Amino acid sequence: MIEGITIYDVLAVSTIIFFVGVFGFVTRKNLISLLISTELMLNAVVLNFVTFNKYLYPGHVQGYVFSLFMIAVAAAEVALAIAIIISLYRMDNSVDADDMDTLKG
Amino acid sequence: MGAKIIFYLVAGLMILFSILSVSTTRVIRAAVYLLFVMILMAGIYFLFDYNFLAGVQLTVYSGGIAVLIVIAVLLVHNIEHRLERLPLVEYLWKGGVLLAGLIMTLVTMRQFHFQRIDGQEDVSVSNIGHKLLSLGDGGFILPFEVISILLLAVMVAAIIIAKGEVYKNEEK
Repeated sequence: MIEGITIYDVLAVSTIIFFVGVFGFVTRKNLISLLISTELMLNAVVLNFVTFNKYLYPGHVQGYVFSLFMIAVAAAEVALAIAIIISLYRMDNSVDADDMDTLKG
Repeated sequence: MGAKIIFYLVAGLMILFSILSVSTTRVIRAAVYLLFVMILMAGIYFLFDYNFLAGVQLTVYSGGIAVLIVIAVLLVHNIEHRLERLPLVEYLWKGGVLLAGLIMTLVTMRQFHFQRIDGQEDVSVSNIGHKLLSLGDGGFILPFEVISILLLAVMVAAIIIAKGEVYKNEEK
């Protein structure tokens, strides 16, 4: 652990970043901005995993390995989301979340 | 003492850039601020002495995802494009609710007593690699294989969706 830094400090940082991400998610309308907010939230969650592994279970590697898996899943999610956004843009010429009602029929 | 100052500096910059990322009206700037947040997050992993994780964070997040988002922004927007803002009332009540939630979470977290366990740490790359491919106790072979299949499926799906052949056939 970092000298002089308690677990509460690191968890406070990740909590703040998570709530900033949620704020972005509920105030934005652009699909790419929504994706950026999701990434902020995911980053905060990964920091949480790493912190718990570092401070509470230093003899194990569970938090460490699952952070690696989460990064891989986040990469997959972004690749798919951007493919969907570009495909929707080619259909509607817009990336506004309000215009996305194709599946409503 | 030095590590403490660096931690507070990195954490402060990270919070600042994340707020800028959700409040700027230019999407390309939001993407670049997100890149800064990811790089600073790797800095925190370096402070934890998790060097391999920090490297993965730098290559996959800041090297892959951030660049992918920037390219997506450039594909769908003019570089001068500005996002429209919501009415101020919406920002106020949404921000107020989330601020209340944030304070409640922080207070609840403070009241919880975390049991610290001191132990020997082995997060060398060889240990992580053995754990990832181990079939025995504490091994992660199953999630590792699931992730491999997920990545393959995502690659195929992304190509199929982005090519958009289905829609073209319907138009004919």
